[in-house]
Amino acid sequence: MTPRSPETPHELSFGHELPPEDSAAPSKGTIRVLQLYPRDMNIYGDWGNALVIAQRLRWHGYTPELLEYNVGDPFPEDVDLIVGGGGQDSGQLVIQDDLLSRESTLKQLADDGTPMLVICGLYQLFGKFFKTRLGSVLPGIGILDVETHGTDERLIGNVTVSSPEFGSILGYENHSGQTTLGPGVEPLGTTAKGTGNNSADGQEGARYRNVVASYLHGSLLPKNPALADFLIRTAVERKYGSFTPGTPDDSYAVLAREHAARRPR
Amino acid sequence: MLYFSVPLGKLVRRVSRLRGGGSALPGLVVEKIDPGFMRRTLSTLPLGVAVVSGTNGKTTTTKMVVELLESQGLKVFTNRTGSNFTRGVAAALLGEVDWRGRLDADVAVLELDEAHAVHFVNKVPPRYSLLLNVLRDQLDRFGEIDKTAELLQHIASKTTGTVVLNREDPRVARIAQTLAGPEVLYFGLDDSLLSTFPNDDDMRAAPGSPVPPAPARPAADVVLRRVGADDADFEYDGATVTTAMKLRGVYNIFNAAAALTLARGVSGARGTGTDQAGLLTALSKVAPAFGRGESLVVDGLPLELVLVKNPSGFRLGLKSFPAAGYATMIAINDNYADGRDMSWLWDVEFDTLRNGGVDQLTGSRAYDMALRLQYDDVAIGAVDPEIAPALAAFIRGGQGKPKRIFCTYTAMLAIRRELSKITTVEVVS
Repeated sequence: MTPRSPETPHELSFGHELPPEDSAAPSKGTIRVLQLYPRDMNIYGDWGNALVIAQRLRWHGYTPELLEYNVGDPFPEDVDLIVGGGGQDSGQLVIQDDLLSRESTLKQLADDGTPMLVICGLYQLFGKFFKTRLGSVLPGIGILDVETHGTDERLIGNVTVSSPEFGSILGYENHSGQTTLGPGVEPLGTTAKGTGNNSADGQEGARYRNVVASYLHGSLLPKNPALADFLIRTAVERKYGSFTPGTPDDSYAVLAREHAARRPR
Repeated sequence: MLYFSVPLGKLVRRVSRLRGGGSALPGLVVEKIDPGFMRRTLSTLPLGVAVVSGTNGKTTTTKMVVELLESQGLKVFTNRTGSNFTRGVAAALLGEVDWRGRLDADVAVLELDEAHAVHFVNKVPPRYSLLLNVLRDQLDRFGEIDKTAELLQHIASKTTGTVVLNREDPRVARIAQTLAGPEVLYFGLDDSLLSTFPNDDDMRAAPGSPVPPAPARPAADVVLRRVGADDADFEYDGATVTTAMKLRGVYNIFNAAAALTLARGVSGARGTGTDQAGLLTALSKVAPAFGRGESLVVDGLPLELVLVKNPSGFRLGLKSFPAAGYATMIAINDNYADGRDMSWLWDVEFDTLRNGGVDQLTGSRAYDMALRLQYDDVAIGAVDPEIAPALAAFIRGGQGKPKRIFCTYTAMLAIRRELSKITTVEVVS
C-alpha cells in the first residue's frame, strides 16, 4: 500500500500515473480513493475507473488521494471510496485468502455506506460464493447477496443496460461465471443489448447500499460519468456533508456513448 | 481424389484471384477435398517446418527469419500474404507447388496466429517453433492471457526439434519446464534493456514495493545488448557484434534476436556451417513489414505508420517513436481483427503525447480514444470517425512536420488504401 499525498500526485504505481495537478483554485476537500488489489485484479483497463474518479474529483474542485491495497498490505484508514476490478482465474486465486481475511473490514465499510465500485472478478468475490464448473466452491465475502456459477459459455461483447438510477449504461462484458441475485440486492439494471449477469434473466450488475457491482469493463466509468459522479457525490457528502459539483466537460463522453451504442454486439 | 486436389485448388486460386477474392478460399477447398495435402507437401522439405507465433511481432520476425535463411542460400517457403491461418498456409502452398504438388524449397517458415497454430501443429508437427511473447491482445477472442500461454505451450509440445523461447517473458520462458522432447534455445535482453519491455505482470507491480529477487535466468543463445539510433549489438557464440539496422523500434530489434536464434538453429542443422557475415548483412537490410513502423513519403514529408494492437505494443510504440517534432494521428477501429473491447486503451499511458498533443483522431472508436486522452490531459486537435476525411485533413494540416499515425489493424488497411491514392505504397504479397 503506497499512500500518495497531494504533494506527489503523479507518483502512481503499477506503471500508471495521474497527470500533474494544474489547477490553482483552492481545494474543496480531499477524498481518499482506494484501489483494491490493482496488482492482481486489473485485467481489463480497471485503471481507467480509478483515473476517472481521481480526475473528476479534480474537475469538481476536490483533491484525490489515490491509495492501493494489495495482498499482505496493512489496510489503510479513512477510506472514502473503493474501486476494484477483474482478474483472470490466476489473479482470483492469489487474492482469495487475503480478501477473506478482510471480510469484516470491507463489510463494515459497505454497511456504513462507503461508495464502492466492483467489477467482474471482484463482483463475484463480493458475493456469497463462486462454484466452479467442476463443483468446487470458492467462498466470497458475502457483502452482496449473489451467487456465481462457472459455465462453459463465455459471454462476450458490447452491452447496453438501462438503469432506473443512472439511465443507460454502456460497456463491454467478458465472463464465463454466471451470477444470480438474491433478495438482498437490486440489479443495477436490465440489458437492452448483451447478456449481463447470466444468460437467463436479462439483469445486469447488483446494487447494495452505495455499492455498485457490474460485469461491464472497458472501462465502465469513462463512458458513464453519471455513475462516476454518483460515487463521488456520495463520498463527498459522507465526508463533508454536502457536495458542490464543478463543470466537467463531458462532450467527448456523450459522443463516445453515441458511437459505442451503435456498434454491434 | 488426391490426383485432382492440387490442380483443382490451383484453379480455384486462379479464379478467386481474378474475382479479387480473399486468399484463403482455395486453401479451404483443397483442405476439404484432400485433408492430407498440407502435411504431405510440407513433410518433403529437407529442413522441415518452422512455426513463428506469439502476440506481437510475428510478421516482422517471420520476414527476418526468411531473409536470414535466404542469406545462407536456402530456399524458403513462407506465408507472405499475412494470411496467418491454416487455410492461408494451404492457399500459399497452392501458389508455390507445381501442378503435381511438389514444393521446391529447403524449409518452410510460417507465421501462425496462436489459436490457429494449435490446429496446424496437430496436422503438421513442426521441427522448429519460435514463441515470441504473450501479451494482452484481443482478450475477447481468447478469453485470458494464461489461455494464450497454453496455446503456445501446445505448439512447443508438438515441436520435434528445437523450441526457441523469449527468456524475458515469464509466461513464455516457463514453457521450457513442460518440455521433455525438444531442445530449448532462448533469446534474451541485456539487463539494462529489461525495463524497456514491461510485461503485463511488471506493469502492475508497484515501484517502491520490494522487488522479488529475479530468478536465475538460463543462458540465451542470442542476447540483445544495446540498441542505438540505427545500429544494435547482439551477443552470440561468446562475442558481441555490432550491426547497422534498418528496422525501427526496440521491439522490432528484440525480435531480430529471436530471428537470429531460429535462423542459426536451422542453418546449423545443415552441418555445412553458417555464413556469419552473410547473416549480419541480411539482418542489417531487413526492412519493416507491412505497417510495422514503415515509413512512407507523402507530399515530400515522411509519414510513419505504427501498428498498435494491444497495451504493451502501444506503450512500446509510444516509447520507440518519440513524439517531438512530429504531427500525430491515432486511428482506432473495433472490428474483430482490431479487438472489439476498448478497455485496452486504459492500460496505456499517453503522457508522452502531452507536450505536443494529438492532431487528429479517427476510426470507429475515435471518441473512445478522445475520452482516453482527455483523462490523461492530452490536447486533441480534431476528431472524425470517418478515416478518409480525417486522413486528408491530417495530411493538409501538418504544418510541414513529418507525420506519424498509430493505428489498429483494420484502420491501417483503410489508411493504406487511402494513401495509395496519393502516394506509392509498398504492395504486399
